[in-house]
Amino acid sequence: MNAASDVGFHAQRQARWHYGEVAFWLIVLACGFVFPTRYLIMTDILRLALFAMSLDLILGYAGIVSLGHAAFFGVGAYAAGLLALHGIINEPVLALIVAGLAAMVLGFATSFLVIRGVDLTRLMVTLGIALLLEALAERFSNITGGTDGLQGIEMQPIFGEISFDMFGKTGFFYSLAVLFVLFLFARRVVHSPFGLSLRAIKNNPLRAAAIGIPVNRRLIAIYTLAAFYAGIAGALFTQTTAIASLDVFAFDRSADLMLVLVIGGTGYLYGGLIGAVIFRMLQEVFATITPQYWQFWIGLVLVVIVLVGRQRLHRWVLYVPNLVIKQFAGRKAVVAVPESDA
Amino acid sequence: MTSILTNLFDGVAYGMLLFVLACGLAVTLGLMNFVNLAHGAFAMAGGYVCMVLVNRMGWPFFAALPLAFVSSAAIGIALERTLYRHLYARSHLDQVLFTIGLTFMSVAAVDYIQGSSRVFINLPAALQGQFDVFGVGIGRYRLMIIAICGLLTIALQMVLAKTRFGSRLRAAVDDPRAASGLGINVPQVFAFTFAFGCGLAGLGGALSAEILGLDPYFPLKFMIYFLIVVTVGGSSSITGPFLASLLLGIGDVAGKYYVPKMGPFVIYTMMIVILIWRPNGLFGRTAAR
Repeated sequence: MNAASDVGFHAQRQARWHYGEVAFWLIVLACGFVFPTRYLIMTDILRLALFAMSLDLILGYAGIVSLGHAAFFGVGAYAAGLLALHGIINEPVLALIVAGLAAMVLGFATSFLVIRGVDLTRLMVTLGIALLLEALAERFSNITGGTDGLQGIEMQPIFGEISFDMFGKTGFFYSLAVLFVLFLFARRVVHSPFGLSLRAIKNNPLRAAAIGIPVNRRLIAIYTLAAFYAGIAGALFTQTTAIASLDVFAFDRSADLMLVLVIGGTGYLYGGLIGAVIFRMLQEVFATITPQYWQFWIGLVLVVIVLVGRQRLHRWVLYVPNLVIKQFAGRKAVVAVPESDA
Repeated sequence: MTSILTNLFDGVAYGMLLFVLACGLAVTLGLMNFVNLAHGAFAMAGGYVCMVLVNRMGWPFFAALPLAFVSSAAIGIALERTLYRHLYARSHLDQVLFTIGLTFMSVAAVDYIQGSSRVFINLPAALQGQFDVFGVGIGRYRLMIIAICGLLTIALQMVLAKTRFGSRLRAAVDDPRAASGLGINVPQVFAFTFAFGCGLAGLGGALSAEILGLDPYFPLKFMIYFLIVVTVGGSSSITGPFLASLLLGIGDVAGKYYVPKMGPFVIYTMMIVILIWRPNGLFGRTAAR
């Protein structure tokens, strides 16, 4: 067995579907039937999960720290809102893709700014782009509706068949379908040679360049893809809530997203999904205890997570599952601690 | 013509203020390579201490200013010794997350204690109003800011360039390992510098209540401004951030006056263009950190 086929063999074994993954998606689907009164918050979680997955693609896999990911979310949200409001594209799925493409174009254009410089410059540039877009949206309030946001968006039925209902049932299954399709694609991407090269770049860009990986081109590609995902998440937000306001660009949104990913873990696709569930539940709990000051507790969670150390925390969380698996399967734990952080 | 000069004067005052607010960040970010997004929280702490002392306890304004400095510095040193110092060796992502968390906590805590509305500090009558010099309107308060901040800047430059502590700091920054090999207590130097930077931010916060507005969202609102000052100015000296803050102050005031519709657009565009053109800042060294 030569080296190339050896690598290929291991990569393929990594990429195989595990039982756990199948079970995860079945549970998610089952939630849709078990909690018919909770569609709104579950849709919210799905949206957040998609958004977090988008950030994970650049943060967890390519190691680009971004403080302004809400920029793409916002562009997607406004694009979907404007398309529906002016009746340009009435069919939601098509509008979703167009909104995603709009964000993707922005992502491609700004990726050249982002790949330059070190972490700090990236933080600043991404933050700056998001703030710039927020200022623009405020400036052109005749198009965006300013601080009031876009109002009176009416969604047409999906494929002209399935209409959105007031309980959010359609919205939930629509979001779930979108999330699942995009997840499959992301899964394919990160397990491909392309995805492996991204990990190499994250670990050491200089070494990656030395073994012949076109670092800048790969980073541009993944940044553009992540922008597309974020745009779709934003468009889903508009389509399922029928509003788009200035706060889609807000800094809090980008910061919360970081927290989602940190809770779930970076560098594996389920991190964003699990993180979104935990984050939203935490937010609910804090909001019921202290309605006005939940931000304090969110901040505290962030501080504690960083001080304890993200890897150590994940080891603790996975301690019990690992123990159970060891007992019953009699082999080494399959639930692996995610790869080291950015 | 006179309106240009008045704007220039206001812009200089604004810039000076930004410099005092942000130069502590220049030290932590540039010299210690620590991304401290919570810097604005220290400024807010100073502002609120000053407000409570002046408005509620009836202290004179000029007596409250040093106390704003001292209290922010005390908070700074307490946090540095207990929390921050564990994070110097961590990745930038960890530092960003940690300081965002601190910022959120400070915002909610101040909101809880003092309410979410904007607060004002009662100024002595001598500082209110403005007078004319050859037709140029000069605000007394802004003149005082320029005086205080100008003196501070000169003092800082002298300390950095002439004193033993200054040379220790510069040595520790250039190469911490070599510096500690020479017997310089690097953590102590950093802790002291951090506290001093926080103190300056507190003083800046107290001074800025009148001009920038002081409310619980201060750290979030002005975070980007502080970051601009440091990243655009570079971190190799304090002259860089100083010039950058003057530029930013004048640009922002002029932008708001002449093209009010574009709002903060001008500033952000300027920042992005400068960062693309010179990733290490306008006045920065080219050394990769």
